[in-house]
Amino acid sequence: MKSWTFAVKRLAYSGVSLLGLSILIFVIARVLPGDPARLALGPRAPQSVVEALRLQLHLNDPVYTQYFYWLRGIFTGDWGIALFTQRNVLIDVSDFLPATIELILFAAIIDLVIAVPLGLAAGRRANSIVDNGVRVLSYVGIAVPSFVVAILLQLFLGYGTHLFPLIGRISQNVVPPTQITGLYTLDALLTGNPGAFADSVWHLILPAFALALGPIAQEARIMRSSVVENLDKDFTLSEVSHGLPERTITFKYLMKPSLIPTITIYALDISAQIANAFLIETIFIWPGFSKYGLNAMLSKDLNAIVAVVMVAGVMFVIANILVDLVVGYLDPRIRLQRRTEE
Amino acid sequence: MPLLEVRDLRVEYRVYEGTLKVLNGVSLSLERGEKVGIIGESACGKTTTVKTIMGLLAKNSKVAGGDVTYKGEDVLKMSKKRLTELRRKNISMVFQDPSAALNPVFTVRQQLYDIIKFSTDERLTREELHEKAVEVLRQGALPEPDRILDSYPFQLSGGMKQRVNISMALVSASELLIADEPGTSLDVTIEDQIMRLLKKIVEEKGISIIPVKKFVDRIYVMYAGTIVEEGPTREVFNSPQHPYTQLLIKAVPKLTGGGIPEGILGQVPSYLKPPAGCRFVTRCPYAMEVCDTDAPPLYGVGAKQRAACFLYDERQLPR
Repeated sequence: MKSWTFAVKRLAYSGVSLLGLSILIFVIARVLPGDPARLALGPRAPQSVVEALRLQLHLNDPVYTQYFYWLRGIFTGDWGIALFTQRNVLIDVSDFLPATIELILFAAIIDLVIAVPLGLAAGRRANSIVDNGVRVLSYVGIAVPSFVVAILLQLFLGYGTHLFPLIGRISQNVVPPTQITGLYTLDALLTGNPGAFADSVWHLILPAFALALGPIAQEARIMRSSVVENLDKDFTLSEVSHGLPERTITFKYLMKPSLIPTITIYALDISAQIANAFLIETIFIWPGFSKYGLNAMLSKDLNAIVAVVMVAGVMFVIANILVDLVVGYLDPRIRLQRRTEE
Repeated sequence: MPLLEVRDLRVEYRVYEGTLKVLNGVSLSLERGEKVGIIGESACGKTTTVKTIMGLLAKNSKVAGGDVTYKGEDVLKMSKKRLTELRRKNISMVFQDPSAALNPVFTVRQQLYDIIKFSTDERLTREELHEKAVEVLRQGALPEPDRILDSYPFQLSGGMKQRVNISMALVSASELLIADEPGTSLDVTIEDQIMRLLKKIVEEKGISIIPVKKFVDRIYVMYAGTIVEEGPTREVFNSPQHPYTQLLIKAVPKLTGGGIPEGILGQVPSYLKPPAGCRFVTRCPYAMEVCDTDAPPLYGVGAKQRAACFLYDERQLPR
């Protein structure tokens, strides 16, 4: 099977699961107690006004009719009005999503760049000082919640030493780059604005690191254990017996098979951040999508909730397709099996 | 001077329950061009012996005594650099399970090219690498070397994988090839082919080999980490001297009929608490008092055979 047919097939499957997800979240959001119109207008709004809003939102119709309206809106660009911003949800999403994507991409890069070498070093020298150091670091990374890390980073590296900015995506005195993708770093590069690029990277480091610490701990552990496992395999002994240099064995013959399980967990960890980054976004006053989702939940803003869940779902699907491609690249057994299936 | 000499080798493994005293004074030697075999039931220490020779022991193991000399050099005390050089240019090993011995996520080409690249001090061009790779694959009797080179291990059959392993070993086995039961995990006809191939290769190239059984000039019989008998293959099989060898040979089913043989009563002793004297004492039909306390040395029996058994000590009288 060619890789594009594989991608098309995966997309079709994903479409079906996204449709299922949309039905599920749509129904759950509506059967939960609490009147969104009342919540939006406040306790002192007259009942007639609340009733008018309910009519406008089709809240008195049966759930399947509401779902039909919503589905039609998705394809025509009318994602409904978010009650707490009073804007089309689509506009909200395109406003808030890039900030979160940028944050998560940076966390993903930090995660990979730190976790893989740590895991490799720890696994190669199991039970050495390096290994024990990485173990302690991993326990800390897994046990300490990201918001605590965030506050500590702010305290020591932001407030105490002024090495990094405390909050926001870009300094007040720097003009944000012209919007193309909404990712400040990327836009700054595209428009040739090195000042804005450096400034936004500078702002990204603390929140991205706070977000990445848990996943780093996780990935380093997985990398370590698969390195230890592969180190015991006959193929490694065989490579040693042929006199291959330690460097080649470690960075080529051990790293590639050990990356396979690591990358799988890595993708899950990273895509889960889309919905879970709200604590970090709140602490660093990051105008992100995750925090937007939290606000939507708190105000039971139906259109916004459904949109947030759907976008998170789409991100998961994309991450999964990407990881399948990467794992297929790393593991020929998977890649070539796919081909023979067809 | 023998090519390889192992003297009184003792190897221990540290495990949770204590120390496994696996090799208990193994001695063997190998002349240039000689083919020597080691036989014995599973878990008798064959793999540990050959891994020690290659310097491939696991981290939880320890050489508690004895030495391994290769052309006069002590392999166990050798610098890492010198050992790597030996592995690159002189000695090589073929593992028991061909599927486990090839890295699953690299093509044969990637693996073989690296082995060739590091086996020489010259900088080879890609064409030279390819030429050498095709050459060793041909020696390994693999048809269509180019197709094999582009295959991943899982795309090859067990027999082909073992031929690839042998080809890889041939790159650096200019003097000594160690083959750890290279056919055991394959079916009998393929095993036979692999053995014939190895025999042909070592005879053509004049390298020495320790395969763990078959087609050899001289054989060592191992039991529970000790060498119990050694001698020319024909003599050992025709007139086994050690009680263990006698029972072992009786236990081999014959194609000429006679039903399933009895086997040897009892089990290999635990390596955690092996018998203090002869390790075969628990299963030996001729066990004497001295066997419980003293480990028998190798006694010369006939012209070329030696057996580690007090039955051959004139001072001992049977019970």
